[in-house]
Amino acid sequence: MKLEEIKVCVMRVGGTNCDSETQRAFQELGVQAETLHVNELIKRRNLLDYQVLVFPGGFSFGDYVRSGVIFARWLSAKLDKEIETFVDEGRPILGICNGFQILVEYGLLPGLEGVSTYPEATLTTNEPQGFKCQWVYLKHENKGKCAFTNKIPAGKVVRMPIAHGEGRLLFPKEKEQEMLAKLNNNDMVVFRYCDKNGNIADGKYPANPNGSFYDIAGICNRDGNIFGLMPHPERAMYWWQQPDWTRQQQMLQYGDGKLIFQSIIDNLTKKC
Amino acid sequence: MKYRAKIEVSLKPGHSNPEGETTARLLKELGYKVEAVDVSKVYTVILDAPTIKEAKAKAEEMSKRLLANPTKDNYMITVEEQK
Repeated sequence: MKLEEIKVCVMRVGGTNCDSETQRAFQELGVQAETLHVNELIKRRNLLDYQVLVFPGGFSFGDYVRSGVIFARWLSAKLDKEIETFVDEGRPILGICNGFQILVEYGLLPGLEGVSTYPEATLTTNEPQGFKCQWVYLKHENKGKCAFTNKIPAGKVVRMPIAHGEGRLLFPKEKEQEMLAKLNNNDMVVFRYCDKNGNIADGKYPANPNGSFYDIAGICNRDGNIFGLMPHPERAMYWWQQPDWTRQQQMLQYGDGKLIFQSIIDNLTKKC
Repeated sequence: MKYRAKIEVSLKPGHSNPEGETTARLLKELGYKVEAVDVSKVYTVILDAPTIKEAKAKAEEMSKRLLANPTKDNYMITVEEQK
């Protein structure tokens, strides 16, 4: 597929944020990207005109009931056939922050046995409690499965900001170890919180900012085409978004967030 | 027939409950001998169903599909006829 033929849909609804930044990040890399309200897609039935679907961050539907669940169930009621086809065809789906919560509540992630009827995990209240808005370090632990990161070498440490109060990934207590083994065996763990030297946080704050199980910041499904993460790559796209840009004499043009957007574009352009 | 289903969603033990902890702390400040406070959400759903059994089954389905996440939530349902 040619670069200019790639169309990205950033799906928004009341309460989403950073949709414009996400759209801009994709456009910067030469692909078409649009931000569309979910109701436009429901009316036009044109989701399958797009090659990439992105759920941005925010607080969709005011986080009522649970973060991400209303948007997830709204989609399953109104666009389930299109989403099913999108997933079956292996088209990439990215969920950032609230988007990750949506993917988990929909049952698309972790998706150990395909799309689950009910959520298999939760992104719940941070531990320590409170809304955390800070830069974090992430270790890329994926060995090539995830289409959004397979251009990033395994073991590379990247930094991105987080902004959430409910980012603690947990699995049912009684299945925790079993699910972790499945995630590891299927190469579904993508990013883990670490310190700047790449030492895994081991549950310790502030390197692990939310108490997430196994220090997980992002996971993909078993096919690698659906990826969710709590940090915001679109807020780490350009040099001037970096927290230390005023202290540096010279900075690279782009931040680490670019790696996510570039990876998926490179994968799509490779496909005939 | 109209039924009133009360669905109470509460956190499973061990899950972080900042609202309850903050409330407990304040109640202690106010002089009460409070050990802990659990906070839960109650959804009162008025629904049509042919029988109370089916109304309960519908409420169960609603809980699983939307109101409770099985990883962190417990839920309890009581159904009665809506007068």
